[in-house]
Amino acid sequence: MIGNFPYIAVAILIGLGVYTLIFKKNLIKIAIGITLIESGANLFLITLGYRKGSVAPIYTQAPEGMNMVLPTPQALTLTSIVIGVATTALILSIAMIIYKKYGTINTDEVRRLKE
Amino acid sequence: MKNEMSRIVRTVTTLIYGFIIIYGFYVIAHGHLTPGGGFQGGAIAASAFALLVVTYGDQGVKDFLKIDVLSLVESTGLVLFIAFAFFGLGVTFFYNFMANSGGLFGNSAIIGINPGDLNTGGTIPIMNIAVGLEVLAALGVIILTMSAGSKNTKKKENS
Amino acid sequence: MKKSIFVIALVFFVAFMILAAFNMRIFGEPSVSEMDDYYIQNAQAETGANNVVTTIVFDYRGFDTLGEATVLFTAVLGITALFREAAK
Repeated sequence: MIGNFPYIAVAILIGLGVYTLIFKKNLIKIAIGITLIESGANLFLITLGYRKGSVAPIYTQAPEGMNMVLPTPQALTLTSIVIGVATTALILSIAMIIYKKYGTINTDEVRRLKE
Repeated sequence: MKNEMSRIVRTVTTLIYGFIIIYGFYVIAHGHLTPGGGFQGGAIAASAFALLVVTYGDQGVKDFLKIDVLSLVESTGLVLFIAFAFFGLGVTFFYNFMANSGGLFGNSAIIGINPGDLNTGGTIPIMNIAVGLEVLAALGVIILTMSAGSKNTKKKENS
Repeated sequence: MKKSIFVIALVFFVAFMILAAFNMRIFGEPSVSEMDDYYIQNAQAETGANNVVTTIVFDYRGFDTLGEATVLFTAVLGITALFREAAK
């Protein structure tokens, strides 16, 4: 049961991210919470493809006579990291524009669409 | 401006940013032999642009990095990537028509554990270079646009 | 009143995730791996590159990489449209 430690780390990361989304009121802290949830999802993807006692799936100067890890989840995680970068850049730009129009980034005071 | 970075920061940045860009291009070019590839090398080379913007401010870099040139490089990378996907349309979309043939990037790899040969791979090194150019220019445009737009979003004066 | 509903929902969610983490497969033994065994055996003969992950990203599953490049391009398009000065 203690050998499942990476899965428990994924559960703690997603739990902390959801806590930040519900209970905090600043827009920058909400952006940090979204990044925490995406980090937890990426860690879960690469934990799924591990074989006990194996090396990286590259043939250039690999050690002799050992198995290789599954390479497909690593390719999917690469795509997911780039999409996370694009999402974070867009949400931070929207926060800058909201500060220019309203003068504050507290979500309790930003209620109606203003001219 | 009264507040600029100290002399140690400016000297070290001027000495080092060239080596960071060359290391990024090394990771892009050897993508089919060692860990790395297009996306990773483009992110390493874009961190050199971030170092320059932090050290010299937004006005000091304006002659060196122009947003129009970077936008042109990004569009070129994406068009090159899609064009090399259409060339193999005789069999299927994204077919590797240059692997194990005689011409450019056409050697065959020795089966098993071997030190790598740069001339192998087919269309994979060309796609690595195209995606690396696109990621480098995209991250550079994001950094420069957000740094120039932060001047208009400062605190409003209550006069 | 509203805050206590949020606290109870968060406690249920975290308890569900930790219970699922204890009941997962044993770490280090994937159950099915036939597709990845085919990729590891035949990637060097068919494409000629040493790095199996790069051949999966750019040759066997190149269509997903096209979608990802489009997402990055659309994000830059949106940021440039947000910071445009209004013409006077």
